[in-house]
Amino acid sequence: MRKEPGSRYYVEGIEVPETPEPRSEQEQWTQTEYVGKPRPRVDAYERVSGSAVYPSDTYLPRMLYGAILRCPHPHAVVKGVDTSEAEKMPGVRTVISAFTPDDRATQPHSELIHTTLFSTRCRYEGETVAAVAAETPYQAWDAVRAIQVDYDVLPFVSDERRALDPDAPKVHDEGNQVAPTDTYERGDVAQGFAEADVVLEEIYRAECEIHTPMELHGCVAKWDGDSLTVWESTQGVYNIQAGLAGALGLPLSKVRVVGHYMGGGFGSKLQAGKYTIIAALLAKKAARPVKLTLTREETYLAVGNRPASNMRLKAGVKQDGTLTALEYVGSGASGGYQAGGTSLLDWLVRDLYTCPNVRTELTNIYVNAGPARPMRGPGHPQCAWALDQMMDALAEAIGMDPVELRLKNVPTVSQARGGSPYTTTGLKQCLEEGAAAFRWKETRAAIAREGNTNHLRRGVGMAGGLWAGGAGGPPSTVIIKLFSDGSVNLNMGASDIGTGTKTVMAMVAAEELSVDPDAIQIEHADTGTTQFATASGGSKTVPTEAPAVRAAALDVKRQLLDLAAGEMGVEASGLTLKDGKVVSIDDPSQEREITALRSLRRRRSITGVGYRGPNPQGKAVNPFAAQFCEVEVNTRTGEVKILRFLAAHDSGRVMNRLTYQNQVFGGITMGIGLAMTEARVLDGDQTGKMVNKNWHDYKLPTALDVPADMTCVPIELEDPEANSVGAKGLGEPATIPTAAAVANAVYHATGVRITNTPITPMRLAQALADARKGE
Amino acid sequence: MASRRRKPAGKAQISLVVNGEPTEVAFSPHKTLLEVLREDLGLTGTKHGCELGECGTCTVLLDGQPVLSCLALALACDGKRVETVEGMARGAVLHPLQETFADLGAAQCGYCTPGFLLVAKALLEENPSPTRDQIKQALAGNLCRCTGYLKIYEAVELAAARMQGEEAEAKEETLYGRR
Repeated sequence: MRKEPGSRYYVEGIEVPETPEPRSEQEQWTQTEYVGKPRPRVDAYERVSGSAVYPSDTYLPRMLYGAILRCPHPHAVVKGVDTSEAEKMPGVRTVISAFTPDDRATQPHSELIHTTLFSTRCRYEGETVAAVAAETPYQAWDAVRAIQVDYDVLPFVSDERRALDPDAPKVHDEGNQVAPTDTYERGDVAQGFAEADVVLEEIYRAECEIHTPMELHGCVAKWDGDSLTVWESTQGVYNIQAGLAGALGLPLSKVRVVGHYMGGGFGSKLQAGKYTIIAALLAKKAARPVKLTLTREETYLAVGNRPASNMRLKAGVKQDGTLTALEYVGSGASGGYQAGGTSLLDWLVRDLYTCPNVRTELTNIYVNAGPARPMRGPGHPQCAWALDQMMDALAEAIGMDPVELRLKNVPTVSQARGGSPYTTTGLKQCLEEGAAAFRWKETRAAIAREGNTNHLRRGVGMAGGLWAGGAGGPPSTVIIKLFSDGSVNLNMGASDIGTGTKTVMAMVAAEELSVDPDAIQIEHADTGTTQFATASGGSKTVPTEAPAVRAAALDVKRQLLDLAAGEMGVEASGLTLKDGKVVSIDDPSQEREITALRSLRRRRSITGVGYRGPNPQGKAVNPFAAQFCEVEVNTRTGEVKILRFLAAHDSGRVMNRLTYQNQVFGGITMGIGLAMTEARVLDGDQTGKMVNKNWHDYKLPTALDVPADMTCVPIELEDPEANSVGAKGLGEPATIPTAAAVANAVYHATGVRITNTPITPMRLAQALADARKGE
Repeated sequence: MASRRRKPAGKAQISLVVNGEPTEVAFSPHKTLLEVLREDLGLTGTKHGCELGECGTCTVLLDGQPVLSCLALALACDGKRVETVEGMARGAVLHPLQETFADLGAAQCGYCTPGFLLVAKALLEENPSPTRDQIKQALAGNLCRCTGYLKIYEAVELAAARMQGEEAEAKEETLYGRR
């Protein structure tokens, strides 16, 4: 039973209309033939053979190469740009800057970020100053170097912890606080602390991370008259279309964006970049296609980050484990422009564990550094870093097992949403089944029994989690065509960012239409030829698109059975599809091959349309998680070896066991990066520039850094209310508890708590030395 | 040297054996092997990740050895054998490593996959039955931001077993996880 639509849905802050209700009744699947089984990706051949064409592999005849001149200073006024030398250089076809007579170049490039395409006041290292299109990339870069820019270098501030000091340089003339401090309050925190047996307070910090997907940000732009086609490495072609059309003043219909394959995004490829618009402008001026691929260094500076987060958490607990109060003060670095510096940074404190008295405040702060963008679970891994380390400390203070303390405080309603019930809350099962599969109690007992006095110390740690998103929702439209030979074409706008979206959707269509998923051809991620879909992000692609695919398949099925009913002389309601045949439910001997249906052969195809229905009113749909890990710490060197990880996730129905596990292992690995190695380093004292804008100095986890023993335990709760397939999001939850679990394990091994990411050998060795001094 | 006689003006010309095929290619002499493969030979399976020698994404085999094609000057490759991901399959029949990468989900976004495949191929040619640690050491120079590497190790192990003639299948726990 579906509730009347009541809530509103937003895309990039803009309210969007809901798509119509799905037309057929959709009971949850009880038995499945394809859904839930492990299935290799339908496009695996393309991905492993080198034949998949990524946007960066697009080479067009007469194509030029673009390059962008970026401000080398963290804060500067551009007084003038002299492009005359550059324009005379061989191969150079077009040069543009804020001083080029073209009104598009100086208009705000986005409704969301109030900056012009080329800046005359640059607020971060890497802001766009000018751009060139030339016959070869080398000529383009030579020309960029020949552009003379007259900078008036201004004082900068790169640390948000100092940016609100009265004497701090102003990133924006109005001041460095992006918006008034955002506060949330329920209950009475003072009363809660008065009731507590133990009150602890700690300051935590998570350093800024960079997404660094393997494929660089970039696009190819080509004009045909007044129509623009762009091949872009993106998570959402329709977002790029809207960004381009808005910036260039074009009707949406004249902007076609294609993004069939893409090499990772993690939140940094949700929106049109300035480079996309620049490529389109260069292509227009030169009347030639233009390819503009950023360098790796540019992607460290200018296409987003997980902002540095500062968190002060005070927590009260009773001796029996009841949480009485949480008080949380967070701040984050928005960067040079208005961006989500504190997006969802307090959500876990508000929602994850039952607590009647909660107060949070968040302050978003400008600094002279690249603007933030969503990164895999915005705000959540940082908040978990604080909250779940605090839970660990509270458990120790009251002498309770950390798992027991969390079990004691499992919520039944979404407290942050005024008490709306969750459709399903798998946190309890994640904690219990995860702990059992990990052998949590046994391992802790063994470590206690064997003692931990050697310089190699073992420890186990865990953390809980939920993701504020993961419900999905309208709008989404999907079209499925069934051909007269029974094969199927699935048309959807969603991008497959490597998570296996195409595969899952083929499995959903196959389930309803009883065809082999390999017989399904998928058209996707093309604003010119496929249906509208929101961007693939927020762990919402499966719960958004799968119900629309199912509805489209059911629409096809209904029409097909109607045709067959006429030919077979049986009521359509008494028919079903099995192995390419229409079969009578009551008398399975009555069957007909789909290919033998004369009316279908005359029609040649059946087209079905499916829409994503609304989410249940007054209910919260969220995925939950608990992760457990074991580490070995070398107390002489401060090195941490992560021995094993176990992740128990409630993301509703498992759609594809293989891609599910992929998400979990990949998420853990990104969380290990946050915990152990990743941090943007700015030279805050002298130049304000980023000093580790490459993979040599900014360390990702490598094959040597991840545990060989990773286990994924799906908690597959039936969730018929969430949506018609019963699935919730998974990609982001998988990275939320990880870093906190590692920090807790390090504490268990050493008795030293690292409150600032990453847990580098130097930081840990120092903390161990300090602890020894204190003894 | 003979091959350079009739080179177009301003261009260098070298001979390569690309995926088994003797090839003459003329290009601007400052180009890297990565650029020549992608731009002049149309072999875009070799990906561009950083052009700084940090990520392994552009790895190809040069005379059988893994090389970062973004750091190799094409001119220095004259007369050498180059193998790219496009040369791994025999027609439409995938190399066992490609099969196992596909089947186990070792390729997610797939962008780093060609580099991993070629490093793994070179490893298995030198050491047909590597241990997990030897696989990790061999692959440690290649970055992947999606998979967490575990499926990649398992894919290499499964391919190694199959190439040794075993009728190996993916382990149950590889597909379903341990419960």
